[in-house]
Amino acid sequence: MNETAKSSRGARTKGDVLLEIRNLQIEGESDEVWQPIVRGVDLTLKRGEVLGLIGESGAGKSTIGLAAMGYARGGCRISGGSVVFDGIDLLTASDETRRKLRGTRIAYVAQSAAASFNPAHRLLEQTIEAELREGFRTKAEAEKDAIELYHRLRLPNPEEIGFRYPHQVSGGQLQRAMTAMAMTCRPDLIIFDEPTTALDVTTQVEVLAAIRDIVEQFHTAAIYITHDLAVVAQMADRIKVLRYGKSVEEAPTREMLTSPREEYTRSLWSVRKLGKQEQPGGEPILQVKNVTAAYGNAVRVLSDVTVTVPRGRTVAVVGESGSGKSTLARVITGLLPPIEGQIIFNGKALPRALKERNADTLRRIQMIYQMPDTALNPRQTVYEVIGRPIEFYRGLTGAKKEARISELMKLIEMDDSYVDRFPGELSGGQKQRICIARALAAEPELIICDEVTSALDQIVQEGILQLLMRLQRELGVSYLFITHDIATVRAISDEIVVMFQGRVVQQGPKTQVLSPPHPPYTELLLSSVPEMDPDWLTNLLARRKAQPEAMKAGDR
Amino acid sequence: MTESAHTSDRPVAAAQPLPGRRSRRARVWRVLRKAPPTAWFGLIVIGLYLFVAVGAPWLAPYPESELVGGAFEPWGGQFLLGTDQLGRDMLSRLIYGARNTVGIAFLTTMLSFLLGGGLGLMAAISGGWLDQVLGRAVDVLMSIPQLIFALVLLSILGSSIVNLIVVIAVLDSTRVFRLSRSVAQGVVVMDYVEAARLRGEKLPWIMRREILPNIMPPLVAEFGLRFCFVFLTISALSFLGLGIKPPTADWGSMVRDNAALITYGDVTPLLPAGAIALLTVAVNFVVDWFLHKTSGLRE
Repeated sequence: MNETAKSSRGARTKGDVLLEIRNLQIEGESDEVWQPIVRGVDLTLKRGEVLGLIGESGAGKSTIGLAAMGYARGGCRISGGSVVFDGIDLLTASDETRRKLRGTRIAYVAQSAAASFNPAHRLLEQTIEAELREGFRTKAEAEKDAIELYHRLRLPNPEEIGFRYPHQVSGGQLQRAMTAMAMTCRPDLIIFDEPTTALDVTTQVEVLAAIRDIVEQFHTAAIYITHDLAVVAQMADRIKVLRYGKSVEEAPTREMLTSPREEYTRSLWSVRKLGKQEQPGGEPILQVKNVTAAYGNAVRVLSDVTVTVPRGRTVAVVGESGSGKSTLARVITGLLPPIEGQIIFNGKALPRALKERNADTLRRIQMIYQMPDTALNPRQTVYEVIGRPIEFYRGLTGAKKEARISELMKLIEMDDSYVDRFPGELSGGQKQRICIARALAAEPELIICDEVTSALDQIVQEGILQLLMRLQRELGVSYLFITHDIATVRAISDEIVVMFQGRVVQQGPKTQVLSPPHPPYTELLLSSVPEMDPDWLTNLLARRKAQPEAMKAGDR
Repeated sequence: MTESAHTSDRPVAAAQPLPGRRSRRARVWRVLRKAPPTAWFGLIVIGLYLFVAVGAPWLAPYPESELVGGAFEPWGGQFLLGTDQLGRDMLSRLIYGARNTVGIAFLTTMLSFLLGGGLGLMAAISGGWLDQVLGRAVDVLMSIPQLIFALVLLSILGSSIVNLIVVIAVLDSTRVFRLSRSVAQGVVVMDYVEAARLRGEKLPWIMRREILPNIMPPLVAEFGLRFCFVFLTISALSFLGLGIKPPTADWGSMVRDNAALITYGDVTPLLPAGAIALLTVAVNFVVDWFLHKTSGLRE
C-alpha cells in the first residue's frame, strides 16, 4: 500500500504488461441460439496506462470490459481466448481466485452509480466494504482512507459526505464516490464503463477531471469505455475502436485523432460536423408567455418563462437536468397546467389542461420522446403504432390507412416490410424513426422533441437529425427541440433558449447565443462541452482556475 | 443480444423480406406449431373437458340425477363406472359434473377477473380519489375471512347458482384488483401511455390496448391459480351445504359422498378427484407455456 509514494512522480510511467487479452471470443444467447458478441479481440494494457475503448452500442465494449475481470454477464459465455492478468489466467483460474482479485486488484465503475449503490446503506459503509471483507485494514483506518480519497476526488464536504445515503447526493458526486470505492484497495486495474454518460456536461467536467487525477496519482491502469470520442480523447493514452465485436483499429490518442486510418473511424469522427444555416424567424406559431409552473405545492419548477417558436423553424431549449426543460414540454402539451401565464398557439390561447383541449388542437402539437424503448408499446406492431393516429384523427381505415402508412414509412426512410414488427425487433434508431412517423401521422404543426437523440449512438444520431431537418424542409413543421447536447443544438437549431433552474437565462438566434460575450451560465455550459482536442480538459481546468467565478454553478 | 445484427440505423431492405402482412390466424398457427408437448397435452385436455361439458346431455348414458340402479353397484355391465350411494350412474354424473363444476368455476373466475382487473386498471390509470375509494373498499372486503364471508352472504341471499357465482367472484376479485392495479401502475408511467393520453385517447382504449397487453403474463398466471382455488371454494361450500345443491352433480361433493368406498379398495371416489387434478395440471401446463412465450417476446 505504498502507492501514494508513486503519485509524487507526477508524470505517468508505463511499466510492464499488466493485462493481456488474446483472441477473446464471447457468445450471447438469444432464443436458445448462441451468437458471437465478441469475435477475436486482442488487447494489451501496461501498468499505469489508460486504454480507451470506443464504439457504438452492441460493439461489445462493456462485454470486453467485464471479460477483463474474467466475468461474463448472465446469458453470455466466454467461449475462447485468454485473459491474463499479471500472470494469472482469469479464464482458467478458480472462482475463489477470481473473487479475491475482484474489488482488490481489479475494480469496476459502472455507468449508473445511482443503480449500483445500495440505497439502504450510507456511502462510507459501501465505499470500504470490499477492503473490510478482505481484512486489509481496520474499520477506522479504512474510513480515514476513504475520506482522504473523497478529498482527492474533490467531493464537497469530504468529512461528512460519507455519512449520507445515495439519494442525498447528486449524480456526479455519486459517480465520484463510486470511483473512491474502486480505489480503496488501490487496485492495479480499474474498468470505467461509461462513467459520465448519464451526467450533464457541466457535471461531467468535474468527474472527468477527478477520475483523471486520481488514476494518475495512484498510477492505476484503466480501461475507459465510452461512445463519446471527445471524452475518450481527454482520458486515454491509447484508443481502440470496436465494431461488431471486432477491433477496427488501435493507436495512441493523438495519432488516432489526427490521422485515423480506417473508413469506419473516419465516419465516427465526421459526425460532429453536421450543421445547418440559421434562418430568421417569421410569425410565431407558439408563444409561451410568462409561464410559472410547479408540481403539487412544492418548489417552482418554472418561473416566468417566455419562449417563442416561429413557424417552420427550430428552437432549441438547452440546460442541464433539473433546469425545467422537460417541464416546459409538459406545460405546453397540457399535462401540467401552469399556475400563471398563457400558451398561445396559432394566435389563440390554449386551454391549460389536456382534458379541455379538443382533438384537433391535440393533433397539431405532437411529441417525440427521449427513450424510444419506453415511447413505443412493446405489444403493438409498427402498423398499429402508426396506424392509430391516422385512424384516430382522420378516420381513415382499410386500404386508405395502409396507403398512408406506406407513405409515412417512405418519409422516415424505412421499408414497408417493417410494419409487422414489434418494437423489440427493431434497432434503437429504427424505433426512434417509428416514433417520428407516429408524430407525423397526426400531421402536426409543432413537434416537441424531448432529448430525442441522447439515447442513441452518434452515427445513428446523425441519421435522425438529418431526417428531422429534411422533414422540416419538406413539410414546414416547427420544432421545439429540448436537449442538453450543444453539438446537436449547433447542428439543427435556428434559435436557442438557455435555461437554468427554471428560468430563461438567454434567448436569441443561434449565432448570437453561441458567440461571445456570454452570460456566466451560458459560458459555463458552452465551455463544458468536450472537444476533440486531447488538451481540452487540461486547458479548460487551467482557465477555470484562473477565473474561479465561472465555476460557481459547476460544483453540484 | 441480436443488436449486432442491425446496429446500423441505415434503412436497408429487410434481411428476410416479409411476405405481406401476416394474418392473425397465420400468426396463431405459427405460435401453436412451436408449442412444446406439455402445452399440447394441456390444450387437448382442456378441449376435451370443454367438449364433454358442452355435449353432456348427448354423451351421458343416463340422466344426471335419476336413480337408475341399486346403491354402490360395481363397474362394468350396465353401469360402466358403477353407481353412487343412491344408485345414480357414476359416469353420467362425472360427465355432468364437468359441465357444472368446470362451468361454474370458469364463469366465476372470468367474472372475478373482469371485475377485479377492470377496476384495478381504472384505479391505476385514474389514481386520485377513485383509486382511494376502490382501494379502501377492497381492504374492507379482504379483512373478513373469505369462506366465512361467503357463508354469511350465501345464507342471506340464498344459495342459487347465480348467487354462488357472484359471491365467490366478488370476493375473489379483491385479489385480482390488487394484482392488476400494482402491475398496471408500472405500465401507466411509460411514455407510450402518456403519448396515448396526449393523442386524446379515452380510458377504455388506454386500458385495453396500451396497458392490458403488457400486464397479461402475471394476470394469466393468476388466472390459472385462481381457477383452481375456485374449485376448492366451491367444494368447501358444497360440503357445508351452501354450494351446489345435492341433486346437481358436482365433483367436489361426489368425492365426499362416496368416500366410504375407498375403505373397501374401490377407486370410484377418486375419479372425480382425478378429473379435478387432471384439469388443474392441464391448465397450468398451458399457463406455463403462455408465460414462457410472452416473456421471450422481448428478445
